[in-house]
Amino acid sequence: MKVGQAIRQLHELETDLADEFRKVGERHAADHEVFHACHVLATQCEQHAIRLHLVADRYATELPDDEDRDLWQGLLEATRDKMSKALGRMKPSALLLLRDLRQLFLAAEECSITWVMLGQAAQAARDKELLQVVRDCHTETEVQVKWLTTQIKVRSPQVLVGG
Amino acid sequence: MNSRISDIWGKRTPFSRVDEWPARVDEYLDPTVDVAAVEWRQSACVLCSNGCALDIGVHEGRIVGVRGREIDRVNRGRLGPKGLYGWQANNAEDRLKRPLVREGGELVETDWDTALTRLVDKLRSVLEKVGHPAIGFYTTGQLFLEDYYTLAVLARAGIGTNHLDGNTRLCTATSSFALKETFGSDGQPGSFRDIDLCDTLFHVGINIAETQTVSWMRMLDRLHGPDRPRLIVVDPRETAAAKEADIHLAIKNGTNVALLNALLHELIANDRVDREWIDAHTVGFDALSLIVEKYPPERSAEICAVDPGEIREAARVLGASEALLSFVLQGVYQSNQATAAACLVNNVNLLRGMIGKPGAGVLQMNGQPTAQNTRETGCNGDLPGFRNWQNDAQVADLARVWKVEPLDIPHWGPPTHAMQIFRLAEQGSIQFLWVIGTNPAVSMPELHRMRSILGQDSLFLVVSDAFLTETAQFADVVLPAALWGEKTGTFTNADRTVHLSEQAVEPPGEAKPDMEIFLSVADKLGLKDRDGAPLIRWRTPEEAFEAWKECSKGRPCDYTGITYDKLRGGSGIQWPCNEDAPGGTERLYNDGVFLTGSDVTEDYGHELTSGAAFTEAEHRALHAAGRAILKAAEYIPPRELPDEDYPLSLTTGRTVYHFHTRTKTGRSPQLQEAEPDVWVELAAKDAEALGVTEGDLVRVESPRGALEGPARVRGMHVGIVFIPFHYGYWDEPNGSEPNGRPRAANELTMTIWDPVSKQPIFKSAKVRVMRL
Repeated sequence: MKVGQAIRQLHELETDLADEFRKVGERHAADHEVFHACHVLATQCEQHAIRLHLVADRYATELPDDEDRDLWQGLLEATRDKMSKALGRMKPSALLLLRDLRQLFLAAEECSITWVMLGQAAQAARDKELLQVVRDCHTETEVQVKWLTTQIKVRSPQVLVGG
Repeated sequence: MNSRISDIWGKRTPFSRVDEWPARVDEYLDPTVDVAAVEWRQSACVLCSNGCALDIGVHEGRIVGVRGREIDRVNRGRLGPKGLYGWQANNAEDRLKRPLVREGGELVETDWDTALTRLVDKLRSVLEKVGHPAIGFYTTGQLFLEDYYTLAVLARAGIGTNHLDGNTRLCTATSSFALKETFGSDGQPGSFRDIDLCDTLFHVGINIAETQTVSWMRMLDRLHGPDRPRLIVVDPRETAAAKEADIHLAIKNGTNVALLNALLHELIANDRVDREWIDAHTVGFDALSLIVEKYPPERSAEICAVDPGEIREAARVLGASEALLSFVLQGVYQSNQATAAACLVNNVNLLRGMIGKPGAGVLQMNGQPTAQNTRETGCNGDLPGFRNWQNDAQVADLARVWKVEPLDIPHWGPPTHAMQIFRLAEQGSIQFLWVIGTNPAVSMPELHRMRSILGQDSLFLVVSDAFLTETAQFADVVLPAALWGEKTGTFTNADRTVHLSEQAVEPPGEAKPDMEIFLSVADKLGLKDRDGAPLIRWRTPEEAFEAWKECSKGRPCDYTGITYDKLRGGSGIQWPCNEDAPGGTERLYNDGVFLTGSDVTEDYGHELTSGAAFTEAEHRALHAAGRAILKAAEYIPPRELPDEDYPLSLTTGRTVYHFHTRTKTGRSPQLQEAEPDVWVELAAKDAEALGVTEGDLVRVESPRGALEGPARVRGMHVGIVFIPFHYGYWDEPNGSEPNGRPRAANELTMTIWDPVSKQPIFKSAKVRVMRL
């Protein structure tokens, strides 16, 4: 059975997505909506990773520690935040933000389709607990995709047609 | 008459459910004027969303007082302190009387042609160089319908920008979004008449005794009458209404969703819901049940820091009510999870089947007097007439009315919200911003940021106002505007009552009505429709009103049955008013059919926690088709919580004597003397811990700024600091920013907004307080 493998892969994707949300949030700290929302969504991804951790044991799958965050992370966040506040008034920051949101969208879509795969596996394995994890988390991932779509739709005209 | 400064609500006139609310005519005239020589002009009050009808007293070309209109359904002659005394601002010496332009860094007087030419030249050059995305408008909740509608056509069809919003974003955006999410469209379901008929009043985050004093008088008259309704008040502060309440849930600020989920939990768990009605008239019950199941009173009591027994008792009263009337305002709209909480209040009424019936309904209140018109005419985050920007047929219908191509009307996204307009100005993406009748330099969050945006070189700022406000002092062009009483027009209150306000006097100096200013700019730009005729085809307020009627025809806010003449002499009229309802409509949805069909809805809705927008296909999949939508949401704590450095939580709000940034009320002697300066309200326990007693000067600091003022020790949830937001700097030496002692509450607040309504959250920010 390769369920453990799928769990491990999704755990990695969610952890990476959490990091990306945080980075984008810090990089665009002068954009308050993105800053706050990205931090909320990063926490949501971390919760997904934790829930995957709780079910991984049954598939004899070892996952990296969720709490093991790079020591440099805090320092990097602070630097990005400072950079953002210095550069936040410049127009290219809007174009960069659009690019970052697009990258996040693609990463969130990858998570989403991987949840679909894991959900199918959970059904076939008759694993009710895993199925519940998939249902809860996948719903949230779908909302993340929807939120990113909303942001990209609203922001594109200004960046691409205005200046 | 006794001073209505000390006796805010005046003499009681108790009545019961079977009676009419007795009349009581309130009047205040300049005592030096001979009453017999006063002429009267019909109008209504523009100092809160209650919209009390009044007559303006005129003597020798000056406004000399006001008198409530006994015949009117809204107030039966009564007026509150702001209404009685606020008119004196019209006569203030420091009214703007001539246009100003910036020359060598200074604002200097000029004539209209010079000012407008400068404005239009800049507008043209930005349009040519960058295009419509570089143009923004930020308007108000205090103009007249005719002004707004003219502005909406000028900005949306004429200039073609999507960046038009009102300061209504700060006061009433959540009301509009909660109505759209639940009922499919904006439009107040209930009516003030329901206060007369209800058996239970449910106030969630509304300090109505201070914000809408005349509706509170009406409630007091019921509460002191023979069949007193039950009153439940949800508010962290011990307000006047909380003191009158049967149950006061003094929850921690920012926890509305947790409390409301527990109340819904109790209604469902104890089967105090109308299942038959729910099945016939709503969708989403099962999903809602799944979420509120997780909020038993014990869990929410811990989050909200109240007694679980009180939550149970409140749910019992709500569950026993037969005519439940709910009120919502800034304690929800400007608080954590604003739209979600407002929708949950709608759910309380829906689960009880209590909507659209006499005495039973919801009033998602407004803040400002004409905020309703900002929303209706499309000067807020919607297209005119509550049209759905995502629905091509509705956009095409608007294009038909305006005689333009559908693509000429920006509808690629929701109209840009105010906070984003300022963000785009900060980035230099918006280069021309016209601020109309509002004062972001005091009313917006995080003022040091706001001042740096307004003052930045890359922004050409136009301000039209009656006074040189804090904001106007940053402007490149200042245009003097006529106030209420100096122009004719209509406006609509929070229960859909439309009033006519006649011109009583001439504007001072060269000041002009806002509509005339917009028309002058449209003329200078030479704006045309697709047939080459002038885009804006009206010149007088009455012609503008007739044009608006055409735009509103067949829409939920149908005005086609109203004329200026019909509004003269009698009471105000509630829309929709048309051939089917020539006398207006007391309450919406009395047939239990809502505007949720996918072809008619104003909005396809949002996921409430993130603000992610649903698509047309997702909306169709709901099969709401006329049934109300029970939205659900988990509780999420506020983004900023008190910590070691900043151990307290700030909430800002209003006092009964002032309105918005005191531009008018600060120029009325009685109101100004009543509350001349800011103060800092603390709970007794916190004051004691800080060694602060009543009157001590304290300093309040947040990560964003500081404020100083005298302390008041009041009944309040422990850990909360309350500061009124009205006070700025126009009447201090420096004029536009702190000079020594900062006193604007928004020095402290956060730049953060609700994900759905985009209303700024003013009611949770971490702060620390120290004695000076």
